[in-house]
Amino acid sequence: MTAPVLRLEGLNKNFGGLAVTRNLNFEVAAGELHAVIGPNGAGKTTLINLISGLLPADSGCVVFAGRDVTALPVPERAKLGMARSFQITSILPGFSVLENVALAVQARMGSSFRFVGEAAAERALNEPAMAALDEIGLTTCAHRLAGHLSHGEKRALELTIALAMQPKLLLLDEPMAGVGRDETDQLIDVLSRLKGRFPILLVEHDMTAVFALADRISVLLYGQILTSGTPDAVRADPQVVAAYLGEEME
Amino acid sequence: MNRLPIAIFLGFALLPLAAVFGAEKYLLDLFMRVMIFAIAALGLDLLVGFGALVSFGHAAFIGIGAYAVAILASHGINDVLISLPVALLAATAFAYLTGSICLRTRGVYFIMITLAFGQMAYFLASSLAPYGGDDGLTMHARSTLFGLTPFKNERLFYYTVLACLIGCYALCRTLVVSRFGRVFRGARENATRMATLGFDVYRYQLTAYAISGALGGLAGFLLANATDFVSPAYMSWQRSGELIIMIILGGLGTLHGAIVGTLAYSLLGEYLSGLTENWKMIFGPLLVLVVLLARGGLLGLAALVTSGWRKQRTERPT
Repeated sequence: MTAPVLRLEGLNKNFGGLAVTRNLNFEVAAGELHAVIGPNGAGKTTLINLISGLLPADSGCVVFAGRDVTALPVPERAKLGMARSFQITSILPGFSVLENVALAVQARMGSSFRFVGEAAAERALNEPAMAALDEIGLTTCAHRLAGHLSHGEKRALELTIALAMQPKLLLLDEPMAGVGRDETDQLIDVLSRLKGRFPILLVEHDMTAVFALADRISVLLYGQILTSGTPDAVRADPQVVAAYLGEEME
Repeated sequence: MNRLPIAIFLGFALLPLAAVFGAEKYLLDLFMRVMIFAIAALGLDLLVGFGALVSFGHAAFIGIGAYAVAILASHGINDVLISLPVALLAATAFAYLTGSICLRTRGVYFIMITLAFGQMAYFLASSLAPYGGDDGLTMHARSTLFGLTPFKNERLFYYTVLACLIGCYALCRTLVVSRFGRVFRGARENATRMATLGFDVYRYQLTAYAISGALGGLAGFLLANATDFVSPAYMSWQRSGELIIMIILGGLGTLHGAIVGTLAYSLLGEYLSGLTENWKMIFGPLLVLVVLLARGGLLGLAALVTSGWRKQRTERPT
């Protein structure tokens, strides 16, 4: 078996007296879509922030692509191939859709300490960006201002940005949050196409999406992994039903 | 909109011809100062308009550039080939060092800490007893080039300043659309997103801050030569405030807005101060009105008016 892309070892995080992440051990294997579910306040977003580096861990370590990245700042982790989306959409609203994606291409291609030449006219940046937009189905929006997109389109744009980064690991923090049923189905469709191309860690409340997409599901409760397994195993686990799924799945 | 900067530069270029009809020295002096401050304003617009980094200590860069020239001159070193690089280097180094601290803060804290560094430079200059202290330092001659004195010719110096302004404008224009500029602008939009894309925004902001400092240094170099005099007042916080007013008045984040704003501020100030001693009583409310009525400053106001006209014209035939 190949080494996992991401391994968390004994990770701890406290906010004041509140232990949000407690001695957490966790792995994302190569190529899998690993979903993390759990009730509100279980520490899901904190987990993603600890992995991407937005929050420093109190103790424990984060091993990414065979390297201990616990001490690395956010941009360094991103350069190693870690892409993420946010629970609250995070795009550049004043830039065009194409420029949002082209910046992701720019981040991985060559130096950005170039002071001459119009970046927006660089084909080397725009073509891969257009390809990514095409894949997600946002081509028609390419020249609109990102801030003017609908909520669902912004969600899709965030995925496109991540895709254009050609990540080694994609962290998705509730990509369906606040999106209507129709657009959720579209996003599920998009994610199922991205699945397998790179490992994905998906935090999501939408159980339809989770059970449709996940290869493996981990249930997070009070900052610890309650259980981890295939969707079928998790669905059948009485502990999980009691703690989280409850009547929703009955 | 692309015709506007060309029109502005053409206006500056033609002014000396008009000035032949009278008050030549006065007009050349006035517009030379406008252009010099416009260079510094361009640098400030780069930070404020494109990076949302409100620097409130920008006068320090001008002052440092000016002092570099005057101090070298007081030691008998007058040549541009030495004094200009020294002025630029001093201002850039100061910007780089202070920026590396300022840029670790955000928002109001950034404003306050840049102000604090600006005031430090001001008080340092005031206490430079060997170089005039509070009284400032008089330069006995303009900088020389290869030992020659081309800048003694008022007009030649005027056109040199204009060339510098055009050069700086072109530099800033190129910069903001470059790869570097795109990252810098992106950091204003959403710094967290930029970090998660893999950009260490701090490095880009620091570079922009240093470039902006260099433009301030160039303005200082020209100012010292234009006035044959430097004083700590060049670095006072009021000067920094004036620069901010200039770019807001013209319209942030457009670059030529910085030039229009400087022009409007200086000419209006000149005109009103001729009317009454308390001209700032009129000037203040005027500024408030511009900011209230047109968020894009004078350029925004102009765009509003012209789009209104166009609308009328298209509506009339129907």
